[in-house]
Amino acid sequence: MDFGPYLLLASLEGAVLAAVLSLTALGLSLVFGVMRVVNVAHGEFFMLGAVASWFVATFVDETLGAPAWLGFAVALAVAPLAVGAFAWAADRLVLERVGYDPERTIVATIGLLYIVQQATLMGFGPDARPVQPPFNHRLALPWIEWGEEGLALYWPWGLSTTSYKLFVIAAAVVLLIAVWLVLSRTRLGLVMRATQFDRETAQAFGIPVDRVFAMTFAIGAGLAAIAAVLIVPIQQAHYLMGGDPLLLSFIVVIIGGLGSLRGTVLAALLIGMSDGIISVFFSPTLAKILATLLVAMVLVFRPQGLFGARPA
Amino acid sequence: MTGLMKPGALHVGVALLLLAANFLLPEYHHGAMARVLTLAVFAMGYNVMFGYAGLLSLGHALFFAAGLYGMGLPMQHLGLAAEPAFLLGIFSGALVAAVVGALALRTAGVAFMIVTLMFAQAGYLTILYFLEYTRGDEGFVIAREARTVFGLDLAAPEVRYLAAWLLFTVAMFVVLALVRSPAGRVLVAIRENEERARMLGYDVARYKLGAIVVSGALCGAAGAAYGLLFGYVGATFASVQYSILPLLWVLLGGAGTVLGPLLGATFMFYLIDLSSGITDAYMLIAGAALVALTLFAPAGLLGELRRRACPWLP
Amino acid sequence: MSENVKKSASGGTAKMETTATGAGTSSLLTRRTALKGLAGLGAAGAGLGAMPGFVPYIQAQSSAPIKIGFQVHRTGIGAAYGRWYDRVTTAAATLINEQGGINGRPVEIVAEDDGTDPKRGAEVVEKLATQAGCDVAYGTLFSHVVMGSAPRAGELKIPYFVVSEGHHVASGALNRWTLQPGICDVKSQVSAMAPYITSTLGKKVTMVYPDYAFGHDHRDSLVPAIQAQGGEVIAQIAIPPTETSFTKYFPQIPRDTEVLYHVMVGPAVLTFVKEMGEFFGPSRPEIFGFIDSLEATDLTNPGLEYLDGTYFWEGMPRYAQEGGPQFDAFYREKVGCDANGASVSDPKDISTYAHMFGCWETMFVIKAGMEAAGYAGPSDRQKLIEAVEAMGEMPASEMHPQGAKIFNGKTHQVFGPQYISKVEGGKLVLQHTAPIEAGMYPDEVDYTTMSF
Repeated sequence: MDFGPYLLLASLEGAVLAAVLSLTALGLSLVFGVMRVVNVAHGEFFMLGAVASWFVATFVDETLGAPAWLGFAVALAVAPLAVGAFAWAADRLVLERVGYDPERTIVATIGLLYIVQQATLMGFGPDARPVQPPFNHRLALPWIEWGEEGLALYWPWGLSTTSYKLFVIAAAVVLLIAVWLVLSRTRLGLVMRATQFDRETAQAFGIPVDRVFAMTFAIGAGLAAIAAVLIVPIQQAHYLMGGDPLLLSFIVVIIGGLGSLRGTVLAALLIGMSDGIISVFFSPTLAKILATLLVAMVLVFRPQGLFGARPA
Repeated sequence: MTGLMKPGALHVGVALLLLAANFLLPEYHHGAMARVLTLAVFAMGYNVMFGYAGLLSLGHALFFAAGLYGMGLPMQHLGLAAEPAFLLGIFSGALVAAVVGALALRTAGVAFMIVTLMFAQAGYLTILYFLEYTRGDEGFVIAREARTVFGLDLAAPEVRYLAAWLLFTVAMFVVLALVRSPAGRVLVAIRENEERARMLGYDVARYKLGAIVVSGALCGAAGAAYGLLFGYVGATFASVQYSILPLLWVLLGGAGTVLGPLLGATFMFYLIDLSSGITDAYMLIAGAALVALTLFAPAGLLGELRRRACPWLP
Repeated sequence: MSENVKKSASGGTAKMETTATGAGTSSLLTRRTALKGLAGLGAAGAGLGAMPGFVPYIQAQSSAPIKIGFQVHRTGIGAAYGRWYDRVTTAAATLINEQGGINGRPVEIVAEDDGTDPKRGAEVVEKLATQAGCDVAYGTLFSHVVMGSAPRAGELKIPYFVVSEGHHVASGALNRWTLQPGICDVKSQVSAMAPYITSTLGKKVTMVYPDYAFGHDHRDSLVPAIQAQGGEVIAQIAIPPTETSFTKYFPQIPRDTEVLYHVMVGPAVLTFVKEMGEFFGPSRPEIFGFIDSLEATDLTNPGLEYLDGTYFWEGMPRYAQEGGPQFDAFYREKVGCDANGASVSDPKDISTYAHMFGCWETMFVIKAGMEAAGYAGPSDRQKLIEAVEAMGEMPASEMHPQGAKIFNGKTHQVFGPQYISKVEGGKLVLQHTAPIEAGMYPDEVDYTTMSF
């Protein structure tokens, strides 16, 4: 494939990754920002979203005999709620009891990671299971070429995307705007920001900090679950699928600046897009090595993140 | 302070007990304990950094793998003998730890954890990248003929157990000497209150780096020994799971106790070994153990014991 | 037998289940082993210093079963294969017992999960050999687990029968105690495919393979094999094993590719094949894949329609058909597969048909070897190895339903026929059977000169 079309294709693929990643990482970032804890089980919430989506879609499509799009739509609503409820319970049962101590929380969430993963293995099995997309059409894309008769359009071999992938990108944008509106325009957002800014003062003003924390944890998990519901018609639900999103979300949250929401979205774009484009130039494994080293170096030399303004 | 008597007797006793176990254990547990003792050294290395210097790393698989490959690659490709290869493994662990430590120590807390995690991930991917030499995830087998030290066949069960015991015992007394030395007390002072240690004039960064290098050397020794004793070198040992495991062992046994890592590693090994007879999802039990520990016994088994009954426990 | 199959299908709560002569005793033994585990756990809580040893079965020595230690991938990335390896092994053991066992003794399968992890794998071999008292260890698929476990098997001097299709055994990396008598290795498979690819599909080949040792074995075997046929591998695209999205790799496929050769393993295989279809759209080259890319996966999944007219290597044809292996019907019924290679109890549960025959055949090789060696107990293990090394030709039969085999005693590797199928109407239809000789290559090792 020529370089130009190749780059376009890689960018489109990168955009899909960036879309899913920004939602997942936003969840992690929100939890870190408000609660000051790192949730290592975040990838498992993503996985739970995918698995819940499979259960819901299979039930609606096969048991009720409804069309595929309805199963997907119901999953999009139900899976994040279910995962959010689970996260809420986990917060109340575990995180609150360790007093949100940063290090103990990490260890507890590592434990949670194994519990969720293995429980899924027992209940869902070890297979990768597909969910049907609500719609899926291959869209061949044109490219411009400077031919003998000036500019000409042509359809390069292989340059294409699917309608569902474009939907994922659009849905992520809508959801990101919705999250931003909630955080900036609603009372819940105000309370969350107040808690993030100064936990003690918020408490003094009568904000029920523990409930805010539980809610934040649930919303963070729900965001990961939504991202998973969106991606699962492209990939499949599998009990070990949480590892990659977790690592990538870490990378994004750090590059974007710990706790900075705007930075997180920007970093998700950067990481998502570069993942597609770097693979044009480098061996993918080498690209991943460089990306992880970059994250380490950012933390060492610029701990506020590439886009963060103040130290975290 | 009960002085040196009680702790000294306890550790000599443990070493002797483990030595006696060589002659008493049934075959399966004999082999299993050789494994556990080697892994306990890995956990002790982790404990030097986490338990005493208060540095929580999520990347210790890197140091273990540095020892494993620092030993394995020269043996496989250059025909190096086991003895120098083992020393090279220890050196690799220490060297990698020094480099990672020098960079990671510019951060603290959560950032430190993530920096170490990222370095370990980069190390894991590097092993996969140089598949030509490492054979990636499949790894390679170290020929049985090469696995001899001073003419002793490490694959023989008795020799293997005693080699693991020797390594463990040396490591245990090294750690014991370290934590009872002035430097060890400074480390604990730094863990408890870094500012105050700095005000007292200690070069905090140097002490921390020292702890990391010692930790790396111990983990490297464990990795090199594991490869030599069990004959296999593979990338799985560099994966993130092997960064979590020493943390789990140390937390379980008791961070900041000399014998905690051994207790944690032993307990965890048998917990998984026995529970895998009951359920497929035996890691569920590891997860539940982690959560239960953070909730009910954050100091670990020996930590709780020290808190409640034996304040002299090192 | 059906009960055993169902038990495995439901995910089986008893890990170290033991399957003996029939369904009745099987569940009894399962409970007993589970109780043993519980007792052990309780004792562990009481005091680690006093770990109990193995609780031996109280059974007379003469009628004591022959124990086959089964290292099975129940969890981890090999789980989809492991489940079917488990079922086939159970079915083979049941049949062997119906036929009177081995040397008059019943066969008992002692299964233990290795998590598809090489460290745990080595521990499992130890456990099977020294704690469960197994006569042989058997059944490993993923090559890193084989590599991690084989040294321990050699040291414990327990015959270790792998069903892995890796080239590790025949390459000489392992030891005298490790054998692969039930399934061909990658090098043999690829060598046998190359003539068909170049003569029927095209000479300019692009290969897409996973960037780890298994994929590199494919690469190292395919490039010279295609060259030997006057073709050329014009691009090699290695994909990291943890990758979950693939479209970005496909533009590296040169436009003048005549044949795309693909092989992929792991939970993301369906994504891989789907995205390949979306990439090519209506203008695909000829495509030749290893069924590994779609093993345990339904060919009628939406998005796979484009595969119609593409070719696959199959270790054994998944769909029952005219011209398939002679003893396929018998074997298919015994392992509980329907004509589409899915479980008879759940048509959505697709088997790993192209690989799992290796378990069946290996079980019967163990039986034949033990009978030839007059195997009576662990002291005869060396004789068992020597008996298997001497096997040579194995004609097609109910014991070798995939086809006739030739076992190379020097390299410890078996050679057999290979099948090429074409997708037609959502089913794999057999096109060509490569003879045994097509997959032969010069010996790289002589294990028989090594000491025990």
